[in-house]
Amino acid sequence: MSALAPALGQLLALVALLALTVPFLGRFLAHLYTSDKHLGVERVTYRVLRVDPDADQTWRAYATTVLGFSLVGVLVLFALGRLQQHLPLSLGFPALPADGAWNVAVSFVTNTNWQWYSGEAALGHLMQMSGLTVQQFLSAAVGMAVAAAFARALARNDGSRRVGNFWADLVRVVVRVLLPIAFVAALLLVVMGAVQNLLDPHDVTTLTGGTQPITGGPVGSMEAIKELGTNGGGFYNVNSAHPFENPTPLSNLFEIYLMLLIPFAMAWAFGIIVGDRRQGAAVLTVMALLLLVSISLLTWAEMAGPGTAPELAGGAMEGKEQRFGTAGTALFAAVTTGTSTGAVNGMHDSLTAPGGGVAMFNMMLGEISPGGVGSGLYGMLMLAVVTVFLSGLMVGRTPEYLGKKIGQREIVLVALYVLTTPVLVLVGSAVALTASDGLAGLQESGPHGLSEAVYAVTSASNNNGSGFGGLTSGTPFWNTLLGLCMLFGRFLPMVLVLGLAGRFGAQTRRPAGAGTLPTHQPLFVLLLAGVALVVVGLTYVPVLALGPIVESLS
Amino acid sequence: MSTTTSTTTSTARSAVLTPAQLTEALPGALRKLDPRELLATPVMLVVELGAVATTVLSVLDPSVFGWAVTVWLWLTVVFGTLAESVAEGRGKAQAASLRELQTETPARRRTPSGGLEPVPSTALRAGDVVVVEAGERIPGDGDVVEGVASVDESAVTGESAPVIRESGGDRSAVTGGTIVLSDRIVVRITSDPGQSFVDRMIALVEGSERQRTPNELALNVLLTSLTAIFTVVCASLYFVADYSDAHQDVLVLVALLVCLIPTTIGALLSAIGIAGMDRLVRRNVLAMSGRAVEAAGDVDVLLLDKTGTITHGNRQAAELVAVAGVTDEELAEAAVLSSLADETPEGRSILALVGGAAAAPAGATYVAFSATTRMSGIDVGGREVRKGAAGSVAAWAGGSSAELDAVVERISASGGTPLVVAERVDGQSRLLGVIHLKDVVKDGIRERFEELRAMGIRTVMITGDNKVTAAAIAAEAGVDDVLAEATPEDKLALIRKEQEGGRMVAMCGDGTNDAPALAQADVGVAMNTGTTAAKEAGNMVDLDSDPTKLIDVVEIGKQLLITRGALTTFSVANDVAKYFAILPAMFVVAFPDLDVLNVMRLDPDSAILSAVVFNALVIIALIPLALRGVAYRPASASALLQRNLLLYGVGGLVAPFVGIKLLDLVISHLPGL
Repeated sequence: MSALAPALGQLLALVALLALTVPFLGRFLAHLYTSDKHLGVERVTYRVLRVDPDADQTWRAYATTVLGFSLVGVLVLFALGRLQQHLPLSLGFPALPADGAWNVAVSFVTNTNWQWYSGEAALGHLMQMSGLTVQQFLSAAVGMAVAAAFARALARNDGSRRVGNFWADLVRVVVRVLLPIAFVAALLLVVMGAVQNLLDPHDVTTLTGGTQPITGGPVGSMEAIKELGTNGGGFYNVNSAHPFENPTPLSNLFEIYLMLLIPFAMAWAFGIIVGDRRQGAAVLTVMALLLLVSISLLTWAEMAGPGTAPELAGGAMEGKEQRFGTAGTALFAAVTTGTSTGAVNGMHDSLTAPGGGVAMFNMMLGEISPGGVGSGLYGMLMLAVVTVFLSGLMVGRTPEYLGKKIGQREIVLVALYVLTTPVLVLVGSAVALTASDGLAGLQESGPHGLSEAVYAVTSASNNNGSGFGGLTSGTPFWNTLLGLCMLFGRFLPMVLVLGLAGRFGAQTRRPAGAGTLPTHQPLFVLLLAGVALVVVGLTYVPVLALGPIVESLS
Repeated sequence: MSTTTSTTTSTARSAVLTPAQLTEALPGALRKLDPRELLATPVMLVVELGAVATTVLSVLDPSVFGWAVTVWLWLTVVFGTLAESVAEGRGKAQAASLRELQTETPARRRTPSGGLEPVPSTALRAGDVVVVEAGERIPGDGDVVEGVASVDESAVTGESAPVIRESGGDRSAVTGGTIVLSDRIVVRITSDPGQSFVDRMIALVEGSERQRTPNELALNVLLTSLTAIFTVVCASLYFVADYSDAHQDVLVLVALLVCLIPTTIGALLSAIGIAGMDRLVRRNVLAMSGRAVEAAGDVDVLLLDKTGTITHGNRQAAELVAVAGVTDEELAEAAVLSSLADETPEGRSILALVGGAAAAPAGATYVAFSATTRMSGIDVGGREVRKGAAGSVAAWAGGSSAELDAVVERISASGGTPLVVAERVDGQSRLLGVIHLKDVVKDGIRERFEELRAMGIRTVMITGDNKVTAAAIAAEAGVDDVLAEATPEDKLALIRKEQEGGRMVAMCGDGTNDAPALAQADVGVAMNTGTTAAKEAGNMVDLDSDPTKLIDVVEIGKQLLITRGALTTFSVANDVAKYFAILPAMFVVAFPDLDVLNVMRLDPDSAILSAVVFNALVIIALIPLALRGVAYRPASASALLQRNLLLYGVGGLVAPFVGIKLLDLVISHLPGL
């Protein structure tokens, strides 16, 4: 009981914080994505970029802009990485190797933030601040933009194939949402003890008499957007386990809150955009339901899970920070894998076997509980379309979601979406577990080694970015493989989502009646959760059986 | 003109699946094993490729297990093609009887000079004019341009009573192969050989011209993608298992693959579609495309003609209202007297209402109704009794009264027709009262509309009546909306308006002036008695010409979609149990701890085979359901979903646990496994 009380307490505090703020931010986001007013600073940005923020783009134009914009991001990051030694504030670090620079560039542009390097030992302040942190804002805004375009297309009733304007979606979210919240959050984190400076490493004398360089830097500012934009790329190698990033249990809870804020708010905004709050509430409920189940399982696994050492210690403390404890780590682990953040405040390699399995399964569901900023919403909506199609037939009508019919063309796009990530994960895992270069990176053999490899490929393909640990991934093989997984795992689904937005936008909305499958009732919520577990989850059962499941049972 | 008898018998016939049907369908099923035929259903193609692979493996390395799996994989494919073949077979008999109509018949064609020349029916082209006399077969589809004849259309419609076909108007269309019973008609042929109505019917019932419907295609895409995912799952598992030092034979992985991909729905998908069309045919409705059947399930608005659909189509006496000073008996007696010779349905309904019609008194003279007098009646001795239009009868009786006017007004306002009754005895006229005639709504139609409302379908009554009459009948029948004083243009406009609002509209019609609306509607059911123009414009033809059947059509459309959804859900839900059956068996040697997952406590040597056998048998078990369609009760979407989800979703989760366990109890005793 004594151990359970703080675990429940932090969860209740989290729920209360979210309940207070999510509807407010959701309303604000819905307004932002549907209004046609620009702020002065935004107008200046459009003029500098030479874009027309009022042009209503077709889905093709929108998708092309997303891809083009992201390509520029990749090129800039790649250049910053390769030219690091010539740039200011490099702290004397050399250029990244080509495969490493490619991996970093793709990783941050795809909102994955997989890190093969140790930030404090490989990157200077300029790369961290102007390269990575900038992409943490932009990649988050891109994901949200795609989700907003999809929601608007569902709401539209004018038969056009248009989905809105990417530049307006991008700039507004950065200016009005991400920058202000990240600014305040960074200040709060600094107040709680996170560091924020541009100094060179500070040498301190250790207890044993040696000297140790302590690297400071613009940590608080990066930390805020790292969580808020579900990015997950930390300043330091150990990420949020580092006391400069995440100093106290309070900052821990605050960071967890930041990860969940926008994904849930996007679901709320969705309801408002399509003109029926209940639809948003239903989607949000499914997300919350799946998240709650995984939090409970993970907390159970870490606090009372199997294993000799945990039983003796009263909890699985290996790889955990003393200041967070098992519950604080379990909650963080469930949330960071349920949102596509991938920040860690403890080593997932050291989670108990069932706990690690839950973390992996969270990602395998396709990052929908509640998923990444924007990507969680569109991922869940794609599954909602599958659900409507599979079970909607059972009410005797051509399936339709929010009055938009799901015909052959639509289902082709959805089917390809559902296919993309599992194929990346399974093929990637098979390659990694067969190639000698892949096996060379594994620290362990047997089921735990399998988990290390599958976790990495799953994390990259689902754009989560968390590492299981134990994997030496900074090799050309892993950098290339995971880079490809991240790239295709991010942009193929986005194009398919926008394609579907185009198809939906072209349809007039059929009014709902007694014969229409209701998509806001508890039955549908359960059904959607069931489809996520059965249609997506079942795909991974064999791999999970040979990894975490067999490990949990032994 | 309804053929209730033929409809009920054929529905009863459709329910069963006999062993004889299976044997009959077997050759067709084996022919469908051609991989090119299976390309259309990738799920089954993958099963067949898997079966080929296991055959090769078993030949190279024979084992009881290998051959058992191989045999059952082949059976899985055959069960699928068998389902399709059985579904098709049910239309074959009907096609054979229709083919008899197509035998070449001699025809007499009019030459440009006005003479007649004998030609075979196969030489006739659209635009030719032929003469057909009593006892002759009509050589092709066409319109009557001269004359009237009674025609035996039983070969096409199953209705034995002859029908009248006449030039002009809405009863001019004749079908090739039907027989003229009396008189002589001149017919202008409207179709070229091979494209006649009967040709289309044969193609439809045989399923040879079956085009897969939009929803079927969409579902096929989803099933294909699930198949693709599970193929990747099984292929990658080969390598992942090798890493785990738990090598898996290709044979076992193929077995796992076939169990995981949605074979149940994949095997039955086309049978469901064919059977759905067949159900319509059995109710004597011909759909010109499967698309229309599916659209019927989506209908939001039903436009129904008042006459014949909602009401019996003729006005009937409903009450007698006597004026002051006249007893009810006096009025009743006068009403009966005046109607004795009235052979109109209205007249007979008066006798029926009052009852006890006596024989006509001797020496009575009947006065027939005429358009100028607008009344009819009887003269008996010095007594004259008249009934008719209010104004005319009142004038005849020497003027109306305020009281009578009030009654007439009330009846008119309620949508009824007032007939005033008056008598003149020895030159003394007296107004007796009013007979209230009204359009009688069919029994049970109100309940039918309530069901439709529960299904989310709005009914709109179309009538040429004035607004007052229309509103009264609409209220009585319980329709949602009414279009009064409707012209064909109004109908078309209404359909367009509903469609612009995103709704789908169904209607039925028979006249040439209905053709544009029939064409515009998403589901247009033309009556077989109607004109060729109407039949070509609609996408369905009702051979019984029963407008009420539109409601059946909607239900069949819904049932078709529900059957697909139910079996898909069942198929996907089955996978959970199959994993629990197969995975422990695959890996229990390498990882004994995984035995915990063996919740069914299956014998590891027979578990995989049990799952494969279950997977095949479930197809056979569900063929009758696929052919019959799942039970459908009109209800709201939420209620339907809840019920079907419980039955097929939860059932799909549970059934294989039980089925595989039972099979395993038997199979584990097989020697050599």
